[in-house]
Amino acid sequence: MASNKRRRASYVAALAAAGALLLSACGGGSTEGEDIGASGEFPTSGSGVVNVYNWTDYIDPEELKRFTAETGIEVILDTYDSNETLLAKLQSGATGYDVIVPSDYMVEQMIELNLLQNIGVSSFPNGGNIKDNLMDVYWDPGRNYTAPWNYGTTGIACNFAAEPECANIKSWKDYFTAGLDKMDSLKDQVEVVSAALRATGVGPDDLCTTDKAKYIAAEELLAGFKPAVIESDGGIERVTAGTSNVRHAWNGSTHRMTEENPDVQFIYPSEGLNLWADNLAVPVGAPNLDNAKIFINWMMDAKAAGAQSNFSGYDNGIKGSDAFMNESLKTDPAVVVPADKQALISPLPNCDEEARELYTQVFTTWTTGQ
Amino acid sequence: MTAVTTPPKKQAQRGQPGQSSPKLAYLPILFLAFAIGIPLLIIVVYSFLEKPSQGTGVKWVFTLENYKALFIQEKLDGTTVLDTRYIKVLWTSFYYSIITTVVTLVLSIPVAMWIATRDARKRNLLVALVTLPFWISILIRTYGMRQIIADEGPIGKFLGLFDISFSILYTPTATILGLIYVFLPFMILPIYASAERFDFRLAEAAYDLGAKRMTVVRRVILPSIRPGVISGIALVFIPALGSFLQSDMLGGGKTNMVANVIANNFGQARNWPFGSALAVLLIVLTLLFVLIMQGAAKKRGDKVELV
Repeated sequence: MASNKRRRASYVAALAAAGALLLSACGGGSTEGEDIGASGEFPTSGSGVVNVYNWTDYIDPEELKRFTAETGIEVILDTYDSNETLLAKLQSGATGYDVIVPSDYMVEQMIELNLLQNIGVSSFPNGGNIKDNLMDVYWDPGRNYTAPWNYGTTGIACNFAAEPECANIKSWKDYFTAGLDKMDSLKDQVEVVSAALRATGVGPDDLCTTDKAKYIAAEELLAGFKPAVIESDGGIERVTAGTSNVRHAWNGSTHRMTEENPDVQFIYPSEGLNLWADNLAVPVGAPNLDNAKIFINWMMDAKAAGAQSNFSGYDNGIKGSDAFMNESLKTDPAVVVPADKQALISPLPNCDEEARELYTQVFTTWTTGQ
Repeated sequence: MTAVTTPPKKQAQRGQPGQSSPKLAYLPILFLAFAIGIPLLIIVVYSFLEKPSQGTGVKWVFTLENYKALFIQEKLDGTTVLDTRYIKVLWTSFYYSIITTVVTLVLSIPVAMWIATRDARKRNLLVALVTLPFWISILIRTYGMRQIIADEGPIGKFLGLFDISFSILYTPTATILGLIYVFLPFMILPIYASAERFDFRLAEAAYDLGAKRMTVVRRVILPSIRPGVISGIALVFIPALGSFLQSDMLGGGKTNMVANVIANNFGQARNWPFGSALAVLLIVLTLLFVLIMQGAAKKRGDKVELV
C-alpha cells in the first residue's frame, strides 16, 4: 500500500473502471446478431440465470418456479410499462436482458434496428406448436426472431355497479368525453392516440395517416380528457379496489378484474379496437443465449402457455393450450371475442416514422397539458 | 490509509488540521469529476444536437432547435405559438418545491429545537429516529404512502365512518404530501445541527432581561440557527425540484413535474436532445436560485457557501 507504484496502479485501475462505465454508457449495441439457433443441438437444461424483461404483472410466478425446478435455470424478472419504454431501454444500450416481450409493430421496428437475434424459433423443438394463423405474421414471417406469447385487444373496463354512466359508454368518444371522476388511462402513446383518432372518425385502415388535420382533431378531443391516473401499471388493483371505475384497459386485465368483481365488464367501443400480439424475443447482446432459448421453448409448451393464459387473462398463440385453460377464461366475452364484435377488431397500427412522430406529438401535448 | 501512506517524518504533524497529504483527495476528486462532470458535459453537448430519425441517442448535427422547442411550439396546423407547456411544468415544479420547503421548515424548527434541548443521550436517540426513514428504500416508503392515503386506505376508511369522503391520491396534494414526507429529515437535521450548538443560556438571558417570548425567538434563536435553516432550504428545495418519483407514483403518473418530462424524453418519447435541453434549463434555474440565496445570505453576513 505504501509504495508509489502500487498507488499508481490503483489510479490506473480506477481510470479503467471509469472508462468501462463510460463505454457501457455511450456504447450502443456491439455484437451483431448471429444465427445461432439454426446450427447445433438444442439445449435442454442449463444453469445460471435467464433475465426476463416483461410487461408488468404479465407472467405467472408459479410457472416461473416450475421452469426453474425443471430446467435448473433461475429467472430474474424486470418489468416495463410500454413498448416504447422497452425500445428506449434497448436503444440506449441496455444489455443484460435475455428475453423481452415486444408487441407486433415493435418487433418489426426492432428487427429493422438490428436489436433482435435471429434464433430460428420455428425450428425449436416446440416450434411446431405455434398456431397456424400466428406463423406467417407481418412482423416476423416464418417465425425466426420471435415466439408468440399472449394476444388480446384494448378496450374499456367499466365498473357498472359503481359508475352508472358505464351503461352510456359505448364508444371511444363516449369514454374520452365522459368527464367522470374515477377514470384511468393507459400510458401508451399508440393505444391512446389511436383510440382518439378512432373517436374522431378515422377508420381502422387509416390509423397511420399522415394527414395532420386528423391529428389536430384527436389533439382537441384529448385536450378535454383529464383522467385521474395515467399509468399502464397497477390498473387491475385500482379498479378492483374501487379507486378507479372506468379504465382504458387490455381485455386480459379486464378479465382479471371481472374475476375479482363481476360488476367490472369489458366494453367494445363502437369505433373499433386494437388487436395486439406480444412475442418472446432475444435481444442482441443477451448474456445467456442458451438459457433464453430454453426459456422460450419451454413457454411454447401447451401446458405452460395454458397456465400463463390462466394467469394473465389473455389467449395465447400455442396450439392445444386451451386444454389447460380455465373455463371462466374460455367463456369470458372479453377474452373470446363475440361473433358480433369480430368486425370491430383490427391490428395495432404499425406506422412509419412520420406518423409515429405525429403520435408522439399528440401524446406529449396531452400528457404535458394535464 | 492516512497512517500508512504518510511518511514517518511527517508523523509529528499528523492530527493537525490541514496537514495530511492532499494526494488522498485525488481519487475522490477524480471520481466526482467522472460521476458529475462527464454526465453534465454529455447533457450540455446533447442539448445542442439533433435527434436521430428512429429516436434515442443523438445525431451529430449542431442545432438550437431543442432550446427553441422549450418555448416555441410548432403546432400540427403549421402555426407557431408560444409554448406554455414546459413553462407550466417548470412552474409546477417550483411551486411544489416551494410549498414543500415552507412546510418542512415550519415543521422542522420546533422539532429541531425540541431535540436540541433534550439531554445528550436522548438527543442521540431522537436524531437516530429522524434518520430512521433512510433505512428503508424511498420507493418502498412512497408505496407505503400510497397505501396510507389511498381512498380505501386506513385514513379513508376511518373518515368513511363519519361519511366524510377522502380522495387525495393521484392529485397534486398527494404529490406534495409525498415530497414533504421524504424531505422532512433533510430539513430537521441541519437545523438541529445549528440548534445544538446554540447556547440556550442566551435565550434565558434575553428572557430575564425582559424580552417577550416571540422576541426571544425572533431576535435571539432564529438568527443563531439561520445557517442550519439555509442549508436545510438548499437540501430540500433543490432535490425537490428534480423529484419525479412522488409525482409519478402519487400524482397518478401524469407528468406534472419537470423531472417527469425529462425522464419521459429519455424513455418513451425517445428524444434525448430535447430532454437534455430541458435538463440544462433546470440546472440553470437551480443555479440561479442558489446564487440568489447565497447573495441574500452574504448580505446578512452569514457564513454560508452553497456553491
